[in-house]
Amino acid sequence: MSLQVTAMVLKVFFPSCCSSADSGILIGRWISEQNSAVVLAVVHFPFIPVQVKQYLGEVQRVTKVSVSVLGSWSNSKQEKEESLSEFLEDLGTIFCHEPWIQISKEGDSKFWSCSILQKHSKNPQEEEIILVYYDQRKVMLSHLHPPLDTAGQRAEDASKLSAIFDTVARSQVLFMTDRYDEGPIKLTHWQSDGVEASIIVELLKQASVPACMLLTFLLSLLSGICRSRVLKFWPLSFLWSKLSTCEQLGHRLQHLQVISSNKKAQNQNQLMRKANIFVSLLIDVALGILLMSWLYRKNRIGQLADTLIPVADHVAEELQDLLQWLMGAPAGLKMNRALDQVLGRFFLYHIHLWISYIHLLSPFIEMILWYVGLSACLGLTVALCILSDIVALLTFHIYCFYVYGARLYCLKIYGLSSLWRLFRGKKWNVLRQRVDSCSYDLDQLFIGTLLFTILLFLLPTTALYYLVFTLLRLLVVIVQGIIHLVVDLIDSLPLYSLILRLCRSYRLAAGVKFRVLEQQDGKPLRLLMQINPLSYGRVVQTYRLPTYSCYPRDSWASLCKKLFLGELIYPWKHKGDKQN
Amino acid sequence: MAEQRRFLSAAGVPIALRRRQHSASCRELAVRGPRLQLRSLSAVTSAVWLAAYGLFALSENSMVLSAAIFITLIGLIIYLHFVKIDQESLLVIGSLGIQVTSSYASGKESTTFIEMAQVKDVVINEAIHMQKVIYYLCILLQDPEDPQGVSEVVPLFQSSKPRLDCLIEVYKSCQEILEQRKTVPQSNEIK
Repeated sequence: MSLQVTAMVLKVFFPSCCSSADSGILIGRWISEQNSAVVLAVVHFPFIPVQVKQYLGEVQRVTKVSVSVLGSWSNSKQEKEESLSEFLEDLGTIFCHEPWIQISKEGDSKFWSCSILQKHSKNPQEEEIILVYYDQRKVMLSHLHPPLDTAGQRAEDASKLSAIFDTVARSQVLFMTDRYDEGPIKLTHWQSDGVEASIIVELLKQASVPACMLLTFLLSLLSGICRSRVLKFWPLSFLWSKLSTCEQLGHRLQHLQVISSNKKAQNQNQLMRKANIFVSLLIDVALGILLMSWLYRKNRIGQLADTLIPVADHVAEELQDLLQWLMGAPAGLKMNRALDQVLGRFFLYHIHLWISYIHLLSPFIEMILWYVGLSACLGLTVALCILSDIVALLTFHIYCFYVYGARLYCLKIYGLSSLWRLFRGKKWNVLRQRVDSCSYDLDQLFIGTLLFTILLFLLPTTALYYLVFTLLRLLVVIVQGIIHLVVDLIDSLPLYSLILRLCRSYRLAAGVKFRVLEQQDGKPLRLLMQINPLSYGRVVQTYRLPTYSCYPRDSWASLCKKLFLGELIYPWKHKGDKQN
Repeated sequence: MAEQRRFLSAAGVPIALRRRQHSASCRELAVRGPRLQLRSLSAVTSAVWLAAYGLFALSENSMVLSAAIFITLIGLIIYLHFVKIDQESLLVIGSLGIQVTSSYASGKESTTFIEMAQVKDVVINEAIHMQKVIYYLCILLQDPEDPQGVSEVVPLFQSSKPRLDCLIEVYKSCQEILEQRKTVPQSNEIK
């Protein structure tokens, strides 16, 4: 057991606002595990010790922070007074606290002298003292974010710094007493310079409660209508599930419900989420109204409607040219004439039907667009979703061709694989889910081989049609995907948190940083503790809002496999959709 | 008290190590790399502008020149603010923690503070970097569940990469302060 006389270090966290306070006693919290004292305020002379103890008891009851008298503080503008120092030591006996910290400042000197009185220690040791200045307001308002990867493990082993932040944050009630209050005790600590309220902010706060109640009532009406039985019939429910506009509107409805609920936010996360949703909605609606004002000026809607039909016609013409090319000798490949003509004519007829349908609608297009454009005032995301739906509707024939081509190709591939097994004398055992050998009759073998040959030689034609229509479909899917990505970005970006990080960076703290101030020999080490704000990447990661869609759920390998086998692909599925 | 010594980095570039002792348990060690040289800056700018002028002569489009100016400015700002690290410093405060700061050429400082309870030890390790084997100083973080385990390794001085002689100086200074905390719990038991 080595008896080394080593320095035990005592840390005193002193608020920078109390540096110019008059003499008095220090109150705060003593954290014995860390050998540190967090000073929260200075109580000035004259005071009655009993009243101070009473006050501290009250504060302790309300804030659940063990506040006690830590020591004495003397700020002598003239030379050091001997009687004062004795008086201060005597105070140590009245408020017995172990250890009793004495800090004294002379005149305007930056270097303070600190000493510790330990009455009950058996071996007196030289304690080194570190004086850490902190900004009370910033530490009180900031929220410490633990490192992401260890959030679960470190929960019990709370870091030392979070204890300090916690102490200051929970003692908020202590900071509410104003220095001009007439009371038995006069305190110095951080003061708010009066509630910065403009009349507008106060009015908004008063008006927000009835506004929230009205909004909740309207939303409950709306959700009641949405859930009513009328809209649940088969064609309508199918339509609602396919249109992304309805999904987006439902999502925004949920957001509105979150904001307008009357429950106050319990913790920081809920408060930030509410604020983020509110700002996101506001920006969305503002951008939507901007878009609307741009669209409705100079009759742009009319121009858009006028160009829509020619564009649809043009697309149909291009498709017809493509099919004529496929029916000839595409890229020099020789197709099976009969099958080629059948498929080509089938698809051409479809295009003809589609074009007649579009032409039927053409007188109404402008009016429909005009009314649909009005819904852009609900938000830019809604407008983008409508655009995505319009693209889907206009390219519906491409989707149909893709489905036909894929189904044909899929049938062919399955037929080929099964007949290939027959060709080799094997069979798929459904019970055992494996390939078994099987003895076929001669006529079975003959017909099987014949069919296999037919399917094999017809494969290139079907494969080519499938390839062409799959590529077109993928193009449309990519365009829709980009639009949905933008919508998701607007939905999930935590704008309020980002603006907070920009303007009031001390509110979101990743940790602290220390700066060493000027030192003088013989005086305690002086450090300044500042808040280290979170990086922007972590702000987005921590506070991003959840969205309703998930990204390509198939990996590239499974996507390629599905394409090869001819299974239908829906890469941009939404969460909550049943798996096929 | 401050002292400064010159060393070489792993790439042969001259660096300077500055040690300051603020108090018995607080030391600051700063490694400063070479500043941005005017001649390399002028060389890069001239090369980019010559290339842009050549393109302009070929294509007769004045947008090329404005694009070149824009790219040079944006590239310089990005380089100074995100890439060029002037000084890396280590502030060891016994009983509080270790603070690692990187100062960029534009004045930006990025700081990380590791509390003393999480620090297991400061060691010199070897690593294979590109085609070389270099020594680097790192802080080992304690695993909260396993007292013998290491949860994370935080490498220091990654941009200046000092050689072993400089690292040994820094290592000795750090260990002097880290040793103090090992003896402190014993004196608690004596009480």
